[in-house]
Amino acid sequence: MRIRCPYCGERSNDEFTVLGDADALMAHPSGDDAAAFYDYAYLRTNPAGQHRELWYHAAGCRRWLVVTRDTRTHAIADVTLASARGDGEAA
Amino acid sequence: MKYSIFAVLREGLRGGKGWTPAWREPEPKAHYDAVIVGGGGHGLATAYYLAKEHGLTNVAVVEKGYIGSGNVGRNTTIIRSNYLLPDNTHFYEWSMKLWEGLEQDFNYNAMVSQRGVLNLYHSDAQRDAYVRRGNAMRLAGVDAELLDTDGVRAMAPFLDFNNARFPIQGGLLQRRGGTARHDAVAWGFARGADSRGVDILQNTEVTGIRVEAGRAVGVETTRGFIRAGKIGLACAGNSSRVAAMAGLRLPIESHVLQAFVSEGIKPAIDQVITFGAGHFYISQSDKGGLVYGGDIDGYNSYAQRGNLYIIEDVHEAGMALWPAIGRLRMLRHWGGVMDMSMDGSPIIDKTPIDGLYLNCGWCYGGFKATPASGWCFAHTIARDAPHELNAGFRLDRFASGRLIDEKGAGAQPNLH
Repeated sequence: MRIRCPYCGERSNDEFTVLGDADALMAHPSGDDAAAFYDYAYLRTNPAGQHRELWYHAAGCRRWLVVTRDTRTHAIADVTLASARGDGEAA
Repeated sequence: MKYSIFAVLREGLRGGKGWTPAWREPEPKAHYDAVIVGGGGHGLATAYYLAKEHGLTNVAVVEKGYIGSGNVGRNTTIIRSNYLLPDNTHFYEWSMKLWEGLEQDFNYNAMVSQRGVLNLYHSDAQRDAYVRRGNAMRLAGVDAELLDTDGVRAMAPFLDFNNARFPIQGGLLQRRGGTARHDAVAWGFARGADSRGVDILQNTEVTGIRVEAGRAVGVETTRGFIRAGKIGLACAGNSSRVAAMAGLRLPIESHVLQAFVSEGIKPAIDQVITFGAGHFYISQSDKGGLVYGGDIDGYNSYAQRGNLYIIEDVHEAGMALWPAIGRLRMLRHWGGVMDMSMDGSPIIDKTPIDGLYLNCGWCYGGFKATPASGWCFAHTIARDAPHELNAGFRLDRFASGRLIDEKGAGAQPNLH
């Protein structure tokens, strides 16, 4: 699997570490809403198909990326900077 | 037909004409008292124990492929009960006890081999952690022995004891642990369940779960609707997808785990040995191939195949432990889809929907649990309440904070 980093170009995925479901992990719920925090920390949609996920280019530009990838084929449809969403640095 | 040495001799003399199929290929009935979704090891074991322990025989196992086509045929066949935390220790020890009597119980040769599982330690801190785990096991009545370097050397002289970074200081040995023939476990449970009246419906995919007034009443399948008194889900890596049919969102991610077999060699390694300084475990099959594996790939996957960097990683760990395996060729490798839970421990529980039961979250350690998982899930379904042995494996423990985090890695499934 190779990931096309917006800064560094196409690189082998062993330069990256993966954190998980981008939409779940970038929700940043308030700590005093227990139900929302439970959803954020523990529940995942876990789709068989397109999945938006957070990858960190540890051996490259050290930026967080949102990678849209098909979990059935590992084919990558899209890569963007996580910061481009306006959420700042993820995780 | 009962399998025995006499049956083998008799059929040998008659040219094998008396052998019959090990299970039927029935047409689905319109209604079952219980439907188990997933014809893997856990689902088949559940059906077997529902029939045997609870007298529930109007049961179907619904499987989208053929039985044993999933993880029960895609693992490294290791059985053991060397866990630290009480919920796990007691549950896995019950599984070990069931393994010890399994072949006689279901009259099938599952090639259960108690050849010993040896976990190596490579530092003082790791020895202390293993002493603690060994003591916890012995307090729970599980066998555990701490070996020093000479003790390990006597069992496996070929390991790299003087590795500059990871010298082998000793190991924690569970002699009752070992391996089993994984396909035969599925076949044995299938045959045992079928002979007690359970219908095994292969090539029957569940496409929906019908819920009426908060109660699950049946499953839509590719062979029509099947009404069910109770529904048990044992879908391993596909748990999230099937549970979503009933509107449930699970604390599960699906990840791919790869495993490997080398070319066949003469008997070289008598035990299951695990490397403590990296993630690597190895044993030898009766055919002679070395069977080994390591970490999951780390990203969500339903692909049943992995990527090259993990293949490299696993072989590097193997070479650090046992340099001589560098002379062998890897014969084949494969991937399975693991239901990674948020604390690394399984879920065997009721769900918020009446009549719907859940068995998942086995991470990459589900094979050893097969008998106890089926036994406890059958109890939970038949009595509508968990057994003491799976009372901790609750679905709501993530909300309540009663996590069972053996590795202490937190809610990061790819680290368990």
